[in-house]
Amino acid sequence: MEGLNIPLNHILLVSSLLFSIGMLGLMIRRNIIFILMSLEVMLNSAALAFVAAGAHWGQPDGQVIFMLILTVAAAEVAVGLGLVLQVQRRFKTLDMDSANRMRG
Amino acid sequence: MLEITLFYIAATIALVATVLAMTRANAIHALIYLIVSLLAVAVIFFLIGAPFAAALEIVIYAGAIMVLFVFVIMMLNLGEEGDARERGLLHPKIWAGPALLSLMLFSELLYMISTVDGPVSSGVVTAKEVGLALFGPYVLAVEIASMLLLAGLVGSYHLGRRYLEREE
Amino acid sequence: MADMIWLVPLIPLLSAIILMLGSAILPRLLIGLLGVGSVGLAALLTMLLGLEFLANPEPFQLSLWTWMQVGNFSPSIAFYFDGLTLVMMSVITGVGFLIHLFSTEFMEEDTSYARYFAYLNMFVAAMLVLVMADNLLLLYLGWEGVGVCSYLLVGFWYQDSANGQAARKAFVVTRIGDTAMALGLLLLFTELGTLDIQAMVGAANIEWQVGGTLPLIACLLLLGGAVGKSAQLPLHTWLPDAMAGPTPVSALIHAATMVTAGVYLIARTHGLFLLAPTAMMIVALVGLATLLMAAFTALMQTDIKRILAYSTISQIGYMFLALGVGAWTAGIFHLMTHAFFKALLFLGSGAIIHYLHHEHNIFKMGGLRTRMPVTFWSFMIGSAALAALPMTSGFFSKDQILLQAYQFSDIGPLLWFGGLLGALLTAIYSFRLVFVVFFGKANTEPEGDTGWRMAVPLITLCTLAMIGGYFIIPVADVFPVASGDHPAHWVEYVSISVPLLGVLLAYLIFQSRQLNVDRWVSSSVGQALRRFWLSGWGIDWLYDRAFVRPYYRISGLLKNEPIDAIYGLVVAINQTFNHWLVESQTGRMRWYVASMVLGLIVLLTLALQIPALQPTEGAS
Repeated sequence: MEGLNIPLNHILLVSSLLFSIGMLGLMIRRNIIFILMSLEVMLNSAALAFVAAGAHWGQPDGQVIFMLILTVAAAEVAVGLGLVLQVQRRFKTLDMDSANRMRG
Repeated sequence: MLEITLFYIAATIALVATVLAMTRANAIHALIYLIVSLLAVAVIFFLIGAPFAAALEIVIYAGAIMVLFVFVIMMLNLGEEGDARERGLLHPKIWAGPALLSLMLFSELLYMISTVDGPVSSGVVTAKEVGLALFGPYVLAVEIASMLLLAGLVGSYHLGRRYLEREE
Repeated sequence: MADMIWLVPLIPLLSAIILMLGSAILPRLLIGLLGVGSVGLAALLTMLLGLEFLANPEPFQLSLWTWMQVGNFSPSIAFYFDGLTLVMMSVITGVGFLIHLFSTEFMEEDTSYARYFAYLNMFVAAMLVLVMADNLLLLYLGWEGVGVCSYLLVGFWYQDSANGQAARKAFVVTRIGDTAMALGLLLLFTELGTLDIQAMVGAANIEWQVGGTLPLIACLLLLGGAVGKSAQLPLHTWLPDAMAGPTPVSALIHAATMVTAGVYLIARTHGLFLLAPTAMMIVALVGLATLLMAAFTALMQTDIKRILAYSTISQIGYMFLALGVGAWTAGIFHLMTHAFFKALLFLGSGAIIHYLHHEHNIFKMGGLRTRMPVTFWSFMIGSAALAALPMTSGFFSKDQILLQAYQFSDIGPLLWFGGLLGALLTAIYSFRLVFVVFFGKANTEPEGDTGWRMAVPLITLCTLAMIGGYFIIPVADVFPVASGDHPAHWVEYVSISVPLLGVLLAYLIFQSRQLNVDRWVSSSVGQALRRFWLSGWGIDWLYDRAFVRPYYRISGLLKNEPIDAIYGLVVAINQTFNHWLVESQTGRMRWYVASMVLGLIVLLTLALQIPALQPTEGAS
């Protein structure tokens, strides 16, 4: 694949945008399912930046970190969805603001 | 040129799909858009010379993790009224402040990457190289990742089991 | 017999303890018998001791046991008995017995009969310890003991808060003097290594020079204690207020015994005072100033007990004057005669108050001469002795003081003249009292005359006040002999005639009204002077402004603990922040996320200020 010249900063731009969108979703949504999805988007954007940087230097390290992020995402989703089930059972809603018993 | 064109198309799809996923009221619709976004990112991975990462993105992210989501959403059996309430929450009054924050963060990131220059790739990083790196210098990280997965497994089993018991 | 001396204070003390413990169950008759009998027994023992001592005048010391042992400081419970002790003990137990007897009638209807006699007996015990003590520490124990009893008895009718106030005032003001005295004791001990009076005076005479600084300081500190206890300037303000107590208490404590403790202290330590001529001079001047101030004040009072209180202050001033000029014997002699006639006057006023519906204002009395003859004659004799009319006991003692004051070195004539002026005033105010109360028309009808329990003490004291001047007090061995030469005869004649002049003036002004002073009194200067003297020269007012109010103000400031406010500020700040943080803890996830993002932005902005992290050109 000689002559590939996708500019690195364009990929990082995409990554930043994805991250910002995910963060925005995290802040405006109250449904736990959507919060988890936003987290996935953010993790994914970070993974994109890693892979791009790894590709830029021609090193495998970027992809190694990508795999670690994948692991984190999997574990987080597994636990997070378990919690979703618990919240639904206890509060009969997925609204995060309803589950605010820890208020000071 | 083809790669560059493909990259811009994929990037556009990824961004649009993500925005749509974030703004849907129905969880399943949002999930579908998210999967589309992930697939687009996988295309970008492939284009920048990381075919192994692209494969993992599709198999694990778009496949396994998203399927988990789908299962849970189906178990919860969310109805129409939930959708209606979600829609009501997407009011400018709610997202104006967070949008400003996100914009600020984005502009900072933009500033930081503004001077990055040069092409992204000089070649393909194959699965073999990744595997060598994983079980070479990164073997400790692999161990930690496996521990994390174990913890996630135990945690989700614990939480889910009690849920199922009560249901019965 | 001499070994039994410890019984004298012990008997009243035991009686006091029994009365305190059994106040609820003892019948009134038994209470009276115990209270009076114990002091009577003590008086009897004192009399026997005195007879033995007079037959064989050897001072002796009786050591009971070592009180405490700390290093080389080992005061013992020990009594010392000599002529001076005998005089004091006789006055305390003798006059004390009569006053106790009087009290049984005076306090007849009081509900706290047992409490009264318990305090009174305890007072007698403490006072005896004071005068019998062999060392200054034991003396101090008695000194404080009488202070406590005085406090308890002034505030005896504590249901009225004014009485409690008066008691507190008496206690606090004397405490100022007591503190000075305690400092004096500490100084004496550190410098001389002992507090045994005889040993201490001996050591002082060896180690200290006449006119040195140390004896001066020590004597002034002791004088501070004496001034507080004996109500001399500037610590006299408590005594007029102490009249809030029952009248027999005023007679016993605030006329005959406790207030003369200061005189006794100075007389007892005269060996020290002889080393400090300056201190003696100060004693004389304090005495003179006090006797004049109090005499002028007594002239204006309308409350019968306050007149007597100021006259007591004035007479103790004479004693201080005597001590200051080195007339030790005369001072103690006046102490004794004063105890007789002042106790007589107080008991007489007690009888009047008792049978006149607790009336204190002399201008609401009048014409009591025929209605209360015993009291009238008591007052006549008492006032005559107080005014030092010839042949009464007061005449002999006061005359001695004045003559010896005249012979005192440079300022002798001045002291003599001051004392003479005081004597004139004394005669005027004492006979003003007699004329106003017993002559003229009756304003209030008494309920009767004294019963036997009041009459016996009054008559006995009348006799003593008349013949007391012929007693020869056995203190020749205690004090250095005064110079034998007599001043010119005219001095003596003037001293004798001045009180007579005073009585004449009082007669002309208050009885026959031939000398009209209304014009002077009603003039603006006269009015101002009258108010000034009536208020006791404004000293209470002065102290109120100078000490009491600043103290209240400071305590008012400190009440809210201003230092704590600084730490309170820390607490308040913490609480405020805590409040804010609690408010931020809304339980809304989105707020947490937003704040985390905000923090991230801030951190990132800060991080971008670090040059190494700033994007560089061509970092590819």
